[in-house]
Formats: sequence, structure tokens, C-alpha cells
Amino acid sequence: MSQFDFLQPKSRQIEIEQFDDRILTYVLEREQSFLTCISCGGCTATCSAGNLTSFNVRKIGLSLRRGNINDLSDEVQKCMFCGKCTLVCPRDINIRNVVLLIKKGIAQLETEKTL
Amino acid sequence: MIDKKHIAIIGGGIAGQEAASVLTGLGYKVTILEKNERMGGMLNKWSKLFPDFSSSQLVLDAVKVATDKNLNVICNADIFSVQKENGRFKLSDNSSLDVYADAVIMSTGYNLFDATLKEEYGYGVFENVITSADFEKVHKSGEKLTTADGKAPRRVAFIHCVGSRDAKTGNTYCSKVCCITGVKQAIEVTQMWPECEVFNFYMDLRLYGSKYDALYLEAQKHHKIQFIRGRLSEVSERQGKELQLKAEDTLQGRPLRMKTDIVVLLIGMEACKQNEDLCRDNALELDENRFFKSKNIYNHRNSSTQSGVFLAGSCICPMSVNESLESARSAAMLVDKSLKVQER
Repeated sequence: MSQFDFLQPKSRQIEIEQFDDRILTYVLEREQSFLTCISCGGCTATCSAGNLTSFNVRKIGLSLRRGNINDLSDEVQKCMFCGKCTLVCPRDINIRNVVLLIKKGIAQLETEKTL
Repeated sequence: MIDKKHIAIIGGGIAGQEAASVLTGLGYKVTILEKNERMGGMLNKWSKLFPDFSSSQLVLDAVKVATDKNLNVICNADIFSVQKENGRFKLSDNSSLDVYADAVIMSTGYNLFDATLKEEYGYGVFENVITSADFEKVHKSGEKLTTADGKAPRRVAFIHCVGSRDAKTGNTYCSKVCCITGVKQAIEVTQMWPECEVFNFYMDLRLYGSKYDALYLEAQKHHKIQFIRGRLSEVSERQGKELQLKAEDTLQGRPLRMKTDIVVLLIGMEACKQNEDLCRDNALELDENRFFKSKNIYNHRNSSTQSGVFLAGSCICPMSVNESLESARSAAMLVDKSLKVQER
């Protein structure tokens, strides 16, 4: 029956119970300002990498907050760390640092796994 | 004849005048101290009011205090000090003017955010970037809104939250009336130019007041105004003074570029700079947004932290015209109550 797996699609619903907050906790412990994001998209509008690739820095934050850490590790590689997002943020969030911390947090999780 | 109590009102805008007419009606002696040459304050700059497009002049005419033997109006009086002396208040300006009063109402109003501080939006640099206050001026003159070189705009973009909810400008609070002003002015643009495309860029639409949502519905239904959820990151100028906007359409999740002929910045309200001076010689305090601090924001919104000094209108926080008038009337009633308690 395994070749008929496509007949049992995964639920599209967000499973809040399976919320993985490990990276979020790691980031918030080190960059509290991230709590106040209102998803205005100013960061994405000005983003150097976002002009050239599908990188969306606002969505990075959203994935982080929703605990979708699987999406994060590939996405954060596209950031160029120019810091323009931080300059335009109306909530004064150090977004550049948030992306950096996501990278560090993921790296730490990977190390823990291999140990 | 009994000695009439005297109340000084600082600021001759609509709040100050409304409070004055309630108090003269109750038989008090009132002096309005206005820093400008003429009364009416900021509303003089506005053309039509939300949510029903009635003329601001109607409100100005309605609040104009009838000449009354108990009313004294002093213009060009820039009060910078309020001191308590022997149980009364002494108000002084930079010249030799001193006014003594039994109670004081602060109705100093607000300032408009200086849009040049938001450099990335190009106000004062690009001619086709204007503010909501500039738009009112055009509307009031009876002219149509045109580009700097006099052409009909094919596209106009309104930018919400300029100088409000923005830590970079030091104003983290919501000015609350700009959203509905943006909807109103967007409709006015389509009334001037039916062919013109109008876009409003917002973070959150905060249409809090009675009948405001009806105006939003009207903007969508009858005027085809497009609302895009995304904060503008910058404006740049292209050849022929055409403007280019950068924002994210956050609902689509993609960056957006748009060419437009005119950008209108919906600038927020700030506390008056003079409020700091007015707090110096007494127990008045400012709140975290630099507006006057109320004794408490529920039961004592109109009481300041100095007994005998009361607050009216948008010197408390950003307010619409009707809120400002209501605030002024309740401040006046509170003055009456407190002076009667004193007499007993």
C-alpha cells in the first residue's frame, strides 16, 4: 500500500501542539526586541537579498515564531547581513541579530544531535 | 455683587473655546490665552472632516465664543509659566503679561509630526511627496491636487503611520486619527480625479470611531481604493519627478515596487513643545508620550497632576474633533465642580 501514500495527504492544519520553540527560545533569550514584531514588512521591502532571491526576512521571523524550524535552516543562508532591515524597523528590532541568532541556534541544535 | 471666580484657558483652539463657552454660560469670568494671532488652532488648517465630509468651518463657527462681558480673549500670548501664588495661579508670557486665575484649563493641543525627519520618505526633497496637512491646504483652496508641475495625477499613494507607531521617530504611540484621515483623503482624491488610482499602504487599519468603518466600506465599494498591507521602506525619485515606492505586500508575502505621481504622508500628532515649559513651575507632569499626564486615565482624565489645573482636548492624547469637544465640556464641568467645593 505504501506506493499509495499520496492518497493520504498530510493535514494542512497548523498543529500548535507540535510547536517547536527551541530556536525561538534561543533567540528570545539573546534578542528580546524580537517579541514586538508586528509583521509590517518594512524589512522585506528594503532587504538586499530579497530583491534578488525568494528570501523574505519577515517570513523568517514568522516561521521562527510559529516554530516551523524546518523551513528556517535553508532560508537564513540567503541573508547577506547588510542590516538595512534593522534600520527601517519601526519597532526598533535588531533583525540582523535575530537572523544571526537563528543560524547560531540551528548550529547548536545540530551539534547536540551529533553528540 | 459676589466676586466671580476667574478661569484662564491656555489655547484658543476648538477645545479651549468650547470650554470657555460652557464656563461663561455658568457665570464664570474666563480669559482665553491664544499664542497665535487668531483663534481656532489647528482646525483652521483642515478643510473637510471625517467621517461625513462636513466643513471644518461649521465646527469653527459653532465653537466661536459669543461676545460676553465675562469673556476676555488675548491673542499672541505665548504663556510659558504657570505658578501657584497665594492659592491662585499666575500665568506669564515672555512679555510683561501676567494673568491671575482661580483655575486653569490646559488646551494647548498638538503639533504635527515633522515629516522631514523621516528622511527615507523624501518629504522636503522630492516635490511630489506631500503630507496630509498639505493635502488639506490644497482641498481648502478649492483647487485640485496636482503634481508639482501641474499635471493630473494618474496614481496617488497614501502612507499610513508616518511619525506614529515608529520607534525610529521616538513616537511609539498610535495617533489614531490618521487612518480615517487617509481613507477620507483617498476618497477626496478620487472625487477630484475619477480616473486616478489610489493606494493606501497601512500596517494595521485602526478605524476606531463611530461611522468610520462605513467610510472604509464606501472607499472600497464606490471609489475602488486599494488597501495594501505593508509598511513603506523608502521613496525614490525617477526621471520626470515620478516617484517609486518600495514596500512589502505582506499578504502576498512579496516585495512590491510601484510607480506613483504623488505620495501623501499621513503624519501623526505630537505633544506641543511648550508643554515642557508649562510644567516647570508647578506639579504638572507629562506622560511617556510627552502629552499632559492625567491624574488617572479613567475617572480623572481631565484632571492634571496639579490640583486646580485641568486638561482639555488633544493635549491629553491624540483626539478627533468630536472627542476634543467632549473632552473640553467635561473639563469645564470639572472646573465648576472643583470651584464649588472650594467655596464650601
